Amino acid sequence: MSAVLRAPIPVVRQSSRHEHAVMETAFRGLARLAAILVFALLAAIVVSLVIGSLPALRKYGVAFLANANWDPVQEDFGALVPIVGTVATAAIALFIAVPASFGIAVFLTELSPAWARRPLGMAIETLAAIPSIVYGMWGFFVLAPLLQQHVQPLMARSLGTIPGLERFFAAPIMGIGLFTAGVILAIMVIPFVAAIMRDVFELVPPMLKESAYALGATTWEVVGSVVLPYTKAGVIGGVMLGLGRALGETMAVTFVIGNAHRLSASLFAPGNSLASALANEFTEAVGDLYPAALLELGLVLFLITTLVLAASRLLLMRMRRGEGA
Amino acid sequence: MNAVYLRRRVLNRVMMLFSYAALAFGLLWLLWILGVLAWEGAAALRLSLLTESTPPPGSDGGLGNAIVGSAMIVATGTLIGTPIGILAGTYLAEYGHRGWLAPATRFVNDVLLSAPSIVVGLFVYTICVAPVGQFSGWAGSIALSVLVIPVVVRTTDDMLRLVPNSLREAAIALGCPTWKMITMVSYRAARAGLATGVLLAVARICGETAPLLFTALNNQFWSTDMSRPMANLPVVIFQFAMSPYEDWHRLAWGGALLITLVVLAINVGVRALMRKPA
Amino acid sequence: MIAAVSLACVAHATDITGAGATFPYPIYAKWADAYKKATGIGVNYQSIGSGGGIKQVTAKTVDFGASDMPMKAEDLRKNGLVQFPAIMGGVVPVVKLAGVQPGQLRFTGELLAQIYLGRVTRWNDPAIAKMNAGVDLPDGNITVVHRSDGSGTTFLWTNYLSKVSAEFKSAVGEGTSVKFPAGVGGKGNEGVAAYVQKIEGAIGYVEYAYAKQNRLAHAQVQNASGKFVQSVSATFMAAAADAGWKSIPGMGVVLTNQAGDNAWPITGASFILMQARHEKSETAKEVLRFFKWAFENGDRMAEELDYVPMPHPVVGDIEASWKAITDINGKPVL
Repeated sequence: MSAVLRAPIPVVRQSSRHEHAVMETAFRGLARLAAILVFALLAAIVVSLVIGSLPALRKYGVAFLANANWDPVQEDFGALVPIVGTVATAAIALFIAVPASFGIAVFLTELSPAWARRPLGMAIETLAAIPSIVYGMWGFFVLAPLLQQHVQPLMARSLGTIPGLERFFAAPIMGIGLFTAGVILAIMVIPFVAAIMRDVFELVPPMLKESAYALGATTWEVVGSVVLPYTKAGVIGGVMLGLGRALGETMAVTFVIGNAHRLSASLFAPGNSLASALANEFTEAVGDLYPAALLELGLVLFLITTLVLAASRLLLMRMRRGEGA
Repeated sequence: MNAVYLRRRVLNRVMMLFSYAALAFGLLWLLWILGVLAWEGAAALRLSLLTESTPPPGSDGGLGNAIVGSAMIVATGTLIGTPIGILAGTYLAEYGHRGWLAPATRFVNDVLLSAPSIVVGLFVYTICVAPVGQFSGWAGSIALSVLVIPVVVRTTDDMLRLVPNSLREAAIALGCPTWKMITMVSYRAARAGLATGVLLAVARICGETAPLLFTALNNQFWSTDMSRPMANLPVVIFQFAMSPYEDWHRLAWGGALLITLVVLAINVGVRALMRKPA
Repeated sequence: MIAAVSLACVAHATDITGAGATFPYPIYAKWADAYKKATGIGVNYQSIGSGGGIKQVTAKTVDFGASDMPMKAEDLRKNGLVQFPAIMGGVVPVVKLAGVQPGQLRFTGELLAQIYLGRVTRWNDPAIAKMNAGVDLPDGNITVVHRSDGSGTTFLWTNYLSKVSAEFKSAVGEGTSVKFPAGVGGKGNEGVAAYVQKIEGAIGYVEYAYAKQNRLAHAQVQNASGKFVQSVSATFMAAAADAGWKSIPGMGVVLTNQAGDNAWPITGASFILMQARHEKSETAKEVLRFFKWAFENGDRMAEELDYVPMPHPVVGDIEASWKAITDINGKPVL
């Protein structure tokens, strides 16, 4: 008690109201500036890409998107091969990842015992934490040889014999190609899509599910007839987020896509994606037109991913706001 | 038994089995990738990995210069991006209740968050490298800071909005100016969450390769000069892994294991932070 | 603290940077390592491909560039660059086939052209079997591996194939980056070697040091005199013997398909490119000092990797040509 009485009384400086006002405007102004900077960053990225690709935009116009040539010697550039590669690998990735993520999300929300829910969820999220270069290395050293020696020949012998599908599974089989890139992208995308699906599944009011169970519905019927319709927008938003990530992934794809500027119907053929073409060729592009063409690829990539991500955000916002119409 | 009941039960069983299989599928990849990483990377783990610099093919060496370079670039990128991110997130959560700037910024931020990192690398190349005529560690840091900002903005915004308004109102009722309220009440209440945001951003940029390909390039010697090309772990791993040399492969796996351990450690740390009562 | 650290490091700026061809990377890296031990100065060479070397040195983002495709005199003038050869070596075809040993398979230039045109697609094709009677060729696909980046090695390879096959010349042509009708693209000599190592039934082209260091199965090629030769430094040297260095400005000699019984048909030199006028003459001087040291001390290291060092008379001509590298006042740097 006496220690408290003897302690020196802190002198509190009376800040004037004027000082407060200055600090207030300064802080608020700074915060506002930072927000505007975020805006400006996006604009700057788009503007710099557009300016950088002007020579190519001027020369090729819209035909750039449909041109399947990529000839730096003749200066004949076209984005068709990388665009097809990007879309094809993303499509393969979603084809595998969406059902898998759906299954995982259903497990985590309906089937899992309560004690396992958290650790299993964390384990799946760990997949997202692994750096993409590790995926690339693992894909190159482990998955590609495996696919080349066992899986792809199996697929060619079985699915390739279905009439009409032969050209999708045509030789040569080298392990490196669109299919392998698609598989790796699928594994990378699963944690994102699964996490979002699980989050939106958990938003379903328990009352709705319990009513269905009370009427004698099986678990699958609850999921299919109650949960999914309720969370439609969210599920699609999650899938589109996964799509956006798959479209923009660079390193994992560069290792295994084969870097070939050629169109081929076969899934096993090597190809190129917008991001991997940039990663491989940008540091060496000489001249005026070559770097501009590459920057235009970057612009196309940015626009595609932005559109997909914007659509996904809108859908997710709609889901969280209302009753998933 | 009724045919309809039977069909429904079988369908249910099948779909539930599918769910279990999907989970096993996901876990399989996780364990396989981490397993291969641990197996291959362990062969490279020795003290020389940290102390020696990257060797030419056929000689012994380590990843020391790349580790130091990465640490410097990541640290600088975080230091540049975090204040901007926190301030912008603060604006969104505390000041942005009216008007169009806040919702629009949130939207733009989400776009930036998932933008392909190679496009960020291109952008920084055109504004930082080409005009100056020099690859540099600074350009690499700026590229990484562009990736840090959206993550920090997002988590700051989310965490600050979780702070109960009653705390804010109590402060203001006592005559506290807004900026003081923010720094002394909101930040303090959300400090675990804010730290989480920064850590998540660091975890994200640790493994990023694409933005550094065109900005920091690489350097085979020890260098702490940020104004010149700088060795960094992801680009070195990329170069070594795509080469045909066995000893480079070994170093690449070692580097990959190091990065993954750091990222996983950060993620565990984040979870620990989030679990503590705020 | 960061500011203090970075300030302290600015003083360390005697390291020189170079970028370009992957062809000479093994020997440049070895020289750089030895030079650092001898003088303490670091030569940071990034192997990003000849195209990248040309681009970066023209943009002045590096102190010297390296390219296996010599630039023409008018391009050198236009970009303000000076060019000199630093090392020579051979480009060899490499294959991965079970049971095939290094130096066992035989190809003619015409056959290689057909493979790279995508016309010959299986290993047991009669055209290959005819030349390789004793070898057990499997019935498998040929996976063609080429370069995905701008490469002087590609220039040498396509230059040779264009010389021996009119069809290849009209369909594909020559250059650092051409439109290959078939195959996968590897990044750098390293990438091609890595793919050939991994893919069963692959064929690629790499600088010989890469084949040797990674124990890839290289092949014999028939030269202009009709003989099948192995890729060893003796055959590279035979091709480089009468090169006529001074006849072309910028010493931009191309050594493919040279006459001579013992000449390797796909030999080439790798060139160094530097700006002609330098604001920072100190770094230019360091670059030239490094190469002078390499010409004087680096022969044995080059031969260990099966490169061919520049012959001594030519080194004299090269060092005389360095007078064209000046500071902003026109005074030679070295």
